[in-house]
Amino acid sequence: MSSNSIGKTLGVAFGVCLVCAIVVSTAAVALKPQQLVNIERDRQQNILRAAGLLDLSIPLEEQFASVRVMAVDLRTGQFTDEIGAEVADNLKSAKTPSLSTSFSDLGTRDIAKLGRREDYTLVYLVEDENGNLDKLILPVRGAGLWSTMQGFLALEADLNTVAGIGFFAHAETPGLGGEIDNPNWKAIWNNKQLYDGDELALSVIKGAVDPEGANAQYRVDGLSGATLTTRGVDNMIQFWLGEHGYKPFLENLAAGEA
Amino acid sequence: MSVKMKDTLIKPIVENNPIALQILGICSALAVTSSLSVTVVMCIALTSVTAFSNFFVSLIRNHIPSSIRIIVQMTIIASLVIVVDQILKAYAYEISKQLSVFVGLIITNCIVMGRAEAFAMKNSPVVSFLDGIGNGLGYSLVLLCVAVVRELFGAGSLFGVEVMPSWYVPNGLLLLPPSAFFLIGFFIWALRSWKPVQNEKPDFRICANTKAVGAH
Repeated sequence: MSSNSIGKTLGVAFGVCLVCAIVVSTAAVALKPQQLVNIERDRQQNILRAAGLLDLSIPLEEQFASVRVMAVDLRTGQFTDEIGAEVADNLKSAKTPSLSTSFSDLGTRDIAKLGRREDYTLVYLVEDENGNLDKLILPVRGAGLWSTMQGFLALEADLNTVAGIGFFAHAETPGLGGEIDNPNWKAIWNNKQLYDGDELALSVIKGAVDPEGANAQYRVDGLSGATLTTRGVDNMIQFWLGEHGYKPFLENLAAGEA
Repeated sequence: MSVKMKDTLIKPIVENNPIALQILGICSALAVTSSLSVTVVMCIALTSVTAFSNFFVSLIRNHIPSSIRIIVQMTIIASLVIVVDQILKAYAYEISKQLSVFVGLIITNCIVMGRAEAFAMKNSPVVSFLDGIGNGLGYSLVLLCVAVVRELFGAGSLFGVEVMPSWYVPNGLLLLPPSAFFLIGFFIWALRSWKPVQNEKPDFRICANTKAVGAH
């Protein structure tokens, strides 16, 4: 049979596809467990990095041993035992109707453009030798200019002071909005205060903050040339530290009732 | 090893370099050369994909109908690239994150496709395999040269280890993609000065200045 007959053409096409499909799926399935381990390690690194605790000279398992992972029910602001590692991916649970609430049901505007808010999230408690809370790390996310910026916000033990911020996934403009990864900018966040009394006061402003100004401890410099990304970061903070975000949980935790 | 096989392996490195002479695969050369460790992984990935795609295409070359030969080559190349990508994600996660889309883009790298179509379709599997390795090494040579300069002068380090003295101020321009253009340009200049036979004949010559005579 000539190589160019219709039967041969179909046969070769089918054969090549079949062999390639088997090779690709074998590789994908066989390597999956190792890849999941890598993704989990990467996640742990991001958590520690946001809190400024990551030390690459110490094995990750050892460092992460001092971190307690707890699930929080965002509707009540309480710790919950009903759910565990299955809500580790906040984006995924926000897309699952049984694990999330729409913004019309929450009765608020979707300022961070999340679509839906997840009902459960994992938070990470770093404890000292005596079991006292040292740092609390919260997952946060919000829409920037091009993408959903996903990150972690770390708080000091007083639950009112920022200990660090870090983004592990975003697609903002390199050199402009992408500067949210700039260590100098992230360092500005350290020691900023969240709440003034009961009101959320922390915000990212346009331009530079006057360090002598009245509210300097609540203000973070915006990124120049990246107004929309800056606004996105501010909206993210306003939502996640507000009534429908972590505020009830933080209040319960501070009062020892979480 | 016969003379022909040796030629197939060695020639693409200097005399018929895929980047410098054939000007193929420039895009990834700009993107992944800002640090050496990433570059080395990219070179290994591309060399193995080129070699194995040449091998498999050559193996079935007498059975590939000419009407669907390009798509058959693409299927084989794409499958190999996915396998490489999966392996990197499992065993070199940090580097695969830095390479991001460029591993996937090996599929569209002109070197792989070009060698499969131009060489593997006409030669036996073992020679095609060697041709793939040779072209991969030719690509690697240029990439490594560019990456050494970029990382050494752009970040003051090699493989992430600080090597430049402390007074050296790194030149940030070298870490940006345009610098790879200059460096590849210099590389081609140097190579063609050394081997003038690679100079192309100009496509046309500008006429000598004509003299205006009489009419306006």
